[in-house]
Amino acid sequence: MTYLHSIGEYFLMLKGVFGRMTKRSVLKDLIFKEIDELIIGSLGIVCFLSFFIGAVVAIQTALNLNNPLIPKSLVAFAARQSVILEFSPTFISIIMAGKVGSFITSSIGSMRVTEQIDALEVMGINSKNYLIFPKIIAMLTYPFVIAISMFLGILGAYVAAVLGGFVKPDAFITGLQDDFVTFHLVYAFIKTFLFSFILATVPAYHGYYMKGGALEVGQASTTAFVWTSVVLIITNYATTQLLLS
Amino acid sequence: MIEVKDLHKSFSGEEVLKGLNFVFERGKTNLIIGQSGSGKSVFLKNMLGIFTPEKGIIEYDGKPYSEFTDEERRELRKEIGMVFQGGALFDSMTVKENVMFPLKMFTKMKKSEMEERVKIVLERVNLVGADDKMPSEISGGMQKRVSIARAIVNRPKYLFCDEPNSGLDPTTATVIDNLIQEITHEFDITTIIITHDMNSVLEIGEKIAFLKDGVLAWTGTKDEIFRTEDKTVTDFVYSSDLFKKVRDAQLKGY
Ligand SMILES: Nc1ncnc2c1ncn2[C@@H]1O[C@H](COP(=O)(O)OP(=O)(O)OP(=O)(O)O)[C@@H](O)[C@H]1O
Ligand SMILES: [Mg+2]
Repeated sequence: MTYLHSIGEYFLMLKGVFGRMTKRSVLKDLIFKEIDELIIGSLGIVCFLSFFIGAVVAIQTALNLNNPLIPKSLVAFAARQSVILEFSPTFISIIMAGKVGSFITSSIGSMRVTEQIDALEVMGINSKNYLIFPKIIAMLTYPFVIAISMFLGILGAYVAAVLGGFVKPDAFITGLQDDFVTFHLVYAFIKTFLFSFILATVPAYHGYYMKGGALEVGQASTTAFVWTSVVLIITNYATTQLLLS
Repeated sequence: MIEVKDLHKSFSGEEVLKGLNFVFERGKTNLIIGQSGSGKSVFLKNMLGIFTPEKGIIEYDGKPYSEFTDEERRELRKEIGMVFQGGALFDSMTVKENVMFPLKMFTKMKKSEMEERVKIVLERVNLVGADDKMPSEISGGMQKRVSIARAIVNRPKYLFCDEPNSGLDPTTATVIDNLIQEITHEFDITTIIITHDMNSVLEIGEKIAFLKDGVLAWTGTKDEIFRTEDKTVTDFVYSSDLFKKVRDAQLKGY
């Protein structure tokens, strides 16, 4: 029952978010601030993780390819597929649920407990729109982060495969172009788009409706991370089932 | 003027407000006093529309709040200045941005006009030179003053203050009290102040409501509260020995 209640409350929140709009000039500033905090602020860790996971995928595949009949270029193929299909969109989004998600929950949650949200409402401002809408818009640029992650993941694979002496550079490039299905990219970006919405709104929900004090803000962030991950994984399953099978 | 009729509010079955009736007059400083936990903040939040009362009517200048359309409610809220008990400053904004916020949201003022207004208001609350600090970088008393500045910057018709001078030193507290009274008279504002501070009561209590056990146990003015024999009031107001002595001396005519 409480789950149903929360789901209902979540959708009511969304209705409020897309309800009466905040003054345009103010909204514009808020969106740029959010892009800076949520997106630009995450680029470093995303680049770092992407490069090294791509590298590890390449090494693992290379080490497991002992059959001389299988061409070494398969390393590139495997790295490309795993990075584009799952590693970049899904794995990075789980990381972002921890980084961006808990930031969103704790910043909105602390505004709740210190009555800043009440202060907005008292002034006649739609606080849901003011606080959450700019985050959703800022997260629309999240697919660019994932594109960068894909590029760096494959670059990491290339560097590791070539430096490790597993594959020759031109064999890697050939493997990279093997059986390329454009729709896989489309699929990856459709789910990234859905993930970006989840990453902005589920943590916002946990912050906006929290009760209590500073201690509860911390708890809310943890709960938000768990639930955001769960929703991401379910959405991942559903989109994969719908689009690829 | 804000008129409250038979206001009831409870939380999970426990009744906090049990039928309040009061008229908060325009151009006067109306005080709500009472023990901690007696429901003063809840009373105020009902009037602000943050809480919805189970029963009762709240009229703003003769019109019940429940009959306001959404648009009218928004317009009303732009005319309300509110000082929260904890300040409720936006912690992602500087002092200046906090005070400028209502102007930026609701007026068509030019940047220079806003800057000018903010400067004047910050001077009035005795806060100069903290413009570019963040709320976390200033003291609690300074935060209170910024909060007052933010509440009055857009010249509200209604001013609500939840313990505006708690946590301030006696000098600043008096400055704030006098400031609130001054602007109340100057701009003919309906001002409601929640306070624990007996200095404030005796200084600016033009109209006083004493909240106890969910009802208004006593109402009157600062002169009346000084002379009253009502035991529940005197027990609360003159819980300090010093005040009791001052009062006795005064009443005896020394
Ligand atoms: N949001 C809420 N949910 C449930 N109960 C509440 C809520 N807000 C207040 N209460 C209860 O209402 C009662 C009155 O609280 P209120 O904050 O109005 O006290 P107060 O008179 O302002 O006290 P103080 O002088 O300490 O600020 C308390 O018992 C409190 O527990
Ligand atoms: Mg209170």
